[in-house]
Amino acid sequence: MLNYIWSGIIIISVFCSIILGNGELLSKAMIDSGASAVSLLMTMAGILCLWSGIMKIASESGFTTLLAKIFSPLLRPLFPHLDTNSEAFRCITMNVTSNLLGLGSTATPFGLKAMKEMYILGGKNDTATNEMVVFVVMNTASLQLLPSTLGALRQSYGSNAPFEIIVPVWISSACALVVALMIACTFNCLSNRREAAKCRL
Amino acid sequence: MSLVMPVFACIIVVFGLFSKTSVFDVFLVGAREGLQTLLTIAPTIIGLVFAVELLKSSGAAEVICNAVEPAAALLGFPKEIVPMALLRPVSGSGSGALLISIFEDCGADSFAGRVASVLAGSSETTFYATAMYFGCVNVRNIRHTLFAALTADFTALVASIITVRLFFY
Repeated sequence: MLNYIWSGIIIISVFCSIILGNGELLSKAMIDSGASAVSLLMTMAGILCLWSGIMKIASESGFTTLLAKIFSPLLRPLFPHLDTNSEAFRCITMNVTSNLLGLGSTATPFGLKAMKEMYILGGKNDTATNEMVVFVVMNTASLQLLPSTLGALRQSYGSNAPFEIIVPVWISSACALVVALMIACTFNCLSNRREAAKCRL
Repeated sequence: MSLVMPVFACIIVVFGLFSKTSVFDVFLVGAREGLQTLLTIAPTIIGLVFAVELLKSSGAAEVICNAVEPAAALLGFPKEIVPMALLRPVSGSGSGALLISIFEDCGADSFAGRVASVLAGSSETTFYATAMYFGCVNVRNIRHTLFAALTADFTALVASIITVRLFFY
């Protein structure tokens, strides 16, 4: 996917600049892009290391496990067919908790483990189960308590109040999450009914 | 509000002390992992910043934005965020680079800057996450996952414009 988009962007750009006749700007941009990418990485390096370190403390000290316990009652209704003591459910809570804390890199390993567990529970079928759909959809709508990277980025670009956007972010991601779950659950219910009808026949 | 981040870090450190974790050693391990993550994403960022810079300087971005602008204006969203909204579900670092260029061009506290910030905070790289999670278990028929996820992304876009208007203007 990204292969086509990336090459598409380059082709369109070169084509456009030939038509518009600003080739000089384009070759300058090509050289500058390397430098600006590296300076972007340097800005990110400090923040990323600092928070990865602090989050490591959170996971080693049991802080994340504690949060996972708090969030598990909220997640139970979304996965009615999963046993709360199962490895799959435990991985899901850890994944959601890490996502809430903005720990993408911690969330991913738990998410992958959860998918594998659900795959086994679903009989290793190549069609996604209802739980898988709900889980992945939940992961694509990012609910995050503290968008720390975003805040740091806003600060480095001269925002007077880097975290003033936090409440709008919560509201907007909650809306997205609710819509995603509503669609996923509606389709799940429909297909459950279709299955049930098939059984009756 | 500005105290949120330091206080949050402090709570975690204090919790770590009480649970007898050797906080600084663990911090170093985590920070090293952060550095590794940075190295992993570095090529992606360099490649995408390159593509985005080309798109901007060739004038292609302007052409595309002008084409989408009437529709965007109809729905009431700032035209500066159109490219970012289009790239968001596909590439996190690409849309991140666009977020930065919005900050540079309009300022972080401008209307476009705020909408872009809220959008960045409330949506995910849908295609990437979906491909990764289903890819790891060999599931081919993903049913309604993409439909639900992309509708959620669009909801986040609309909601970010509405909330920024409500909160700041």
